[in-house]
Amino acid sequence: MITIENLRKSYGKLQVLKDLNVSFGPGKVVSVIGPNGAGKTTMGKCILGMVLPDGGDIKLDGQSVLGKHAYRSQIGYMPQIGRYPENMKIRQVIEMIRDIRKDAKEVDEELIGLYNLKSMYEKRMGALSGGTKQKVSAALAFMFNPRILILDEPTAGLDPIAAEILKSKILKEKKRGKLILITSHIMSEIEEVADEVMCLMDGQLKFHETIAGIKAQANEERLGRAIAKIMEED
Amino acid sequence: MNKIIKYVFYDIIRNKIVLAYTLFLLLLSFGLFNLGGSPDKGILSLLNLVLLTVPLISIVFATTHFYNSYEFMELLVAQPINRKKIFMSEYLGVACSLSGAFILGVGVPMLIFGASITGLYLLLTGVFITFIFVALAFLASVITRDKAKGIGIALLLWFYFALIYDGIVLFILYAFADYPLESATLAMTALNPVDLGRIIVLLNLDVSALMGYTGALYKSILGSLWGIGLAFGLMLVWAVVPLASSGRIFSKRDL
Repeated sequence: MITIENLRKSYGKLQVLKDLNVSFGPGKVVSVIGPNGAGKTTMGKCILGMVLPDGGDIKLDGQSVLGKHAYRSQIGYMPQIGRYPENMKIRQVIEMIRDIRKDAKEVDEELIGLYNLKSMYEKRMGALSGGTKQKVSAALAFMFNPRILILDEPTAGLDPIAAEILKSKILKEKKRGKLILITSHIMSEIEEVADEVMCLMDGQLKFHETIAGIKAQANEERLGRAIAKIMEED
Repeated sequence: MNKIIKYVFYDIIRNKIVLAYTLFLLLLSFGLFNLGGSPDKGILSLLNLVLLTVPLISIVFATTHFYNSYEFMELLVAQPINRKKIFMSEYLGVACSLSGAFILGVGVPMLIFGASITGLYLLLTGVFITFIFVALAFLASVITRDKAKGIGIALLLWFYFALIYDGIVLFILYAFADYPLESATLAMTALNPVDLGRIIVLLNLDVSALMGYTGALYKSILGSLWGIGLAFGLMLVWAVVPLASSGRIFSKRDL
């Protein structure tokens, strides 16, 4: 579904992605892990075209996405820190995005309902707590029933109930054959929702394995320990 | 694109600065037309004030607006919309609303006090100046990510075009007074949109007779309809070049 080939990106002198090669298939939840600053968010933003890579290619169903924009209708994105126009109300933001995406056939308002966002519709984005903003981000990411979801630390800042709602939504969408990329640091959460783990380190692919594979390789029952073991090995 | 412009307009109207700008221009124009005996005198005083304030307000407002719309643009960039479209919508939204305020604030008093065709030139000049300085503001905003720096660059640009440039021209004129400078002066005028606007309006007022040899040269070149077309064409270039280069920078940067 998504193939990343020799992706390179540097911010000034800092090289964030160094010839990254990886591919993801449909119907999978892939957890992207790695130390802070390993390039997880940059990879997601490159797929979305928010960050323009210095070299390499990103292909969606065999077609390069660089310099294009229409393909983004197939991707739902939930940023790490949602930033919204401060003086717009929740209702206005959601209505605006729906207005812009009028051509979308299917509109999924499940998360708006589950998060009870309608009761807060008249609140200004600038007055919202970080968690509520995350709820809006999540609702927007899933809204147009995209084939691919890129969720950047989706549960950070969400209360336990909201996090559970999101996790079950992720699993539900996976069953519908979607590809879901999640960056996260919480191992228990990864174990719950992910099928595969992709580890980035210093801008390169450290490993990309199924969870069972990782556990077998490290001979550990707990995912967190298994990953720590593999990362320490080399 | 129309949809995005709609939301940019909506945002601008809500923060009321454009409304205050319209009222300020209305007050200014009414006052000056009341002071002067004839509408032409009013236009002359208005010209000097407009050429000082319109660039300043356009460039400062557009720069702050650009930085304040960062979140809005970030939100749209993740959607299937071309970045150039987002940028152009922001530009047209800001430039059109400021021009609208100008046309309303200066045009209505002109109609009431019955200004001549020169008034129309002043209006056109004001609109062009607005589009030019909004483009320059966007250029200053895409060059740097730091809001304070961006506004600093914008203010410097205004200082340069509104004040410093005239000083430089005067200095050159005095330093090389022994040489024929007519065509050089003309070329130097083309390098500053504010001066271009000033000359377009002045040449259509009777005062151009007071401008000496250079004035006569201006009159012979820019006094005709062809010359005015050329002057407006140059102003168009002044709007398009910074706009195109800032659009290019914007579509190639990381958000």
